[in-house]
Amino acid sequence: MKKEVIGMLLAGGKGTRLGLLTDAIAKPAVHFGGKYRIIDFTLSNCSNSKIHTVGVLTQYSPLELHKHMGIGKPWDMDRQTDGLSILSPFQASDGASWYSGTADAITKNIHYIDQHDPEYVLVISGDHIYHMDYRKMLEHHKETGASATISVMEVPWDEASRFGILNTKDDLEVYEFDEKPKNPKNNLASMGIYIFTWSDLRQYLVDDEKVEDSDHDFGKDIIPSMLKDGLPMYAYRFDGYWKDVGTIKSYWEANMDLLEEDLTLSLNNKEWRTYSHDSNYPPEYIGETALVKNSLITSGSWIDGTVTQSVLFEKVDVFEGAEVVESIIHPSVKIGKNSKITKAIVMENTTIPDNVVIDGSTYDEPVVINQENYAEFNQAKGVN
Amino acid sequence: MEPLLGLINLDNEHDFLEELTYFRCGAATPFAGRYRMIDFTLSNMVNSGVEEVAIFTNHKYRALMDHIKTGAEWELARRHGGVFILPPDWNDPTDISRGDLRHFHNNRDFFHRSKADHVLISGSQYLANSPVSKAYEEHLATGADVTVLSTQVTEPDDEHSKLLRIEQDDDGVVKGFSSDPANPTVFTNMYIIKKDVLLKMVDYCIAYHKDNFFLDGIRGKLPDLKIQNFDMNGPGMFVNSIQSYYKHNLGLLNPEMYKSVFFKNQLVKTKLSNEPPAKYINGSAVTKSMVSNGCVIQGKVDNSVLFRGVKVAPSATVKNSIIMQRCVIEDNVHLENVILDKDVHVSAGQQLIGSKGKPYVVAKRQRV
Repeated sequence: MKKEVIGMLLAGGKGTRLGLLTDAIAKPAVHFGGKYRIIDFTLSNCSNSKIHTVGVLTQYSPLELHKHMGIGKPWDMDRQTDGLSILSPFQASDGASWYSGTADAITKNIHYIDQHDPEYVLVISGDHIYHMDYRKMLEHHKETGASATISVMEVPWDEASRFGILNTKDDLEVYEFDEKPKNPKNNLASMGIYIFTWSDLRQYLVDDEKVEDSDHDFGKDIIPSMLKDGLPMYAYRFDGYWKDVGTIKSYWEANMDLLEEDLTLSLNNKEWRTYSHDSNYPPEYIGETALVKNSLITSGSWIDGTVTQSVLFEKVDVFEGAEVVESIIHPSVKIGKNSKITKAIVMENTTIPDNVVIDGSTYDEPVVINQENYAEFNQAKGVN
Repeated sequence: MEPLLGLINLDNEHDFLEELTYFRCGAATPFAGRYRMIDFTLSNMVNSGVEEVAIFTNHKYRALMDHIKTGAEWELARRHGGVFILPPDWNDPTDISRGDLRHFHNNRDFFHRSKADHVLISGSQYLANSPVSKAYEEHLATGADVTVLSTQVTEPDDEHSKLLRIEQDDDGVVKGFSSDPANPTVFTNMYIIKKDVLLKMVDYCIAYHKDNFFLDGIRGKLPDLKIQNFDMNGPGMFVNSIQSYYKHNLGLLNPEMYKSVFFKNQLVKTKLSNEPPAKYINGSAVTKSMVSNGCVIQGKVDNSVLFRGVKVAPSATVKNSIIMQRCVIEDNVHLENVILDKDVHVSAGQQLIGSKGKPYVVAKRQRV
């Protein structure tokens, strides 16, 4: 069936820089924002942009990610003929192999895309936090008649060398792609969101597959060779909130950003909802001795202690006298009496006993705590 | 276990919650922050292994249908079985049945088609989180025609005055039903009955122009039936008036009650939503309250139940109150002993104060 545009969501990366958080699960499945997983933001963007045909390319530790997505119901992608498809590496007649790069993952699923026969393909990744209407970007792509459109945003000049920088003419036509340049000529950074005219992309994917020393990567191989051949390529300027949550520090910051009031990224935005699973936990219970300041708290939680500037997921217990400050507490965590947790990310199902003191602000970045390692980080002296 | 058919009979339930039931039936009234009253009964059934549930409803059922939809949230969206909402749709010109017998008569197929030999019948006014599996085991073990489910009321209140009491012998065999306030064994309006006995009783009631299946068919034929009592033995709430509605909602703020109703057994299932976590903004002061997802709180909230998506402005105070979905409470508002139905907007500076015995109730979508 002919489709104007379908989405291909890259969700297979290991996310090594997230350390313990991605020890057992893929980065897109990491808990975020009190009740979400990172991938919910891109899936919700697709749904809100009326793109209901989305292939999700998974590879690394996909069990929880697959379970979370299911048949796409929370995003209204449980549909008769299209909807959400999970595309994991598979064994084919010519052998079995893993996805070896972002482009390779798409190449190995050309048959899936052909089946929908789209005019355009949106390529996005499941590890960014932002609200974006892809339809507007598609309009831009159609207006310029580009083969490829890359979404960009302005980053501070001193950070530009961390990103893929697009050098453009005044009308935003791209003439050069600089991957992490030492001396950036521009501060328009690629957000890893691409729209391709499928017939053009298809050709480059097929050709790239035959190049032996290729990394089969969009940024390193496909985009540069399209540019070299002079295919029309445009940047699309985005000026909302966007954050790559690829490191512990940026993950923690992005969660804290949700506590700010003036953000363009609001979970309470009824015009651009963020969809996820909901559970049957009862409303949270805020006890008589509780004190909650500038925080997000989710169903099933029980708060008798003090919670400041923190994000708490469902079924979190903070007992009397306990203090949680500038922290992210994943589901089903218990914080024992008189324990104090500062600037930490506490992973699912961890029970912190009474009188434990963990202070992430004494480290370079927030600390990630689980049942196995909390004792190492305990700074409490002479108690227990 | 042998299959058990569920029936929630709302036919006899009048609009017992004043303003709250102007536009909805009692069973569909929001309760405890994110639920509707019927969720408790429905969840108990599902959590006890019931896979087929019929709901007899006769009026104001729009909210009920919107809430239950396909039944997916209770695992009741099935290829076979699942949930059946059965409003009146009666076209049999020879039908002489009256009262709730019309529902039984006109939906006879539902009972015939089911493979279950026993039916669990319930109203919606007894709220508890207690599976009926044990009661069903007992029912099968004793071979009773009917097993009535009761609870012990140690602190009788107004809401118990309207309820039937069960008189039983030492073996739990039911000897009679009364309204004797001195008897602590109170009938929960839940009972398990053999399907063939049910169908026979329906025929009898219709033939003799009776109009209440339980009162005429079960209580009225007590001598002919083997009726057994089963004590539910756990905290439960009878909600049959505004006063009891108010009392039991706030009663859940007692930590023991909260834990026992929500966490002792399986979770109570309800329609899921897409609200974000509740947001507590600097300056908010919340104590002894239940707060649901989607709330944004800047003011003071004490001893209250907040449903999903409620907004409380910085210098507002909410005390001893029940605030339903999406209400907006502006600056300098003072609410005390108040029930706000859904979508109520309280403008800046307003003061609404009710009393514990007579809470101030504001109907749906009002602007105060």
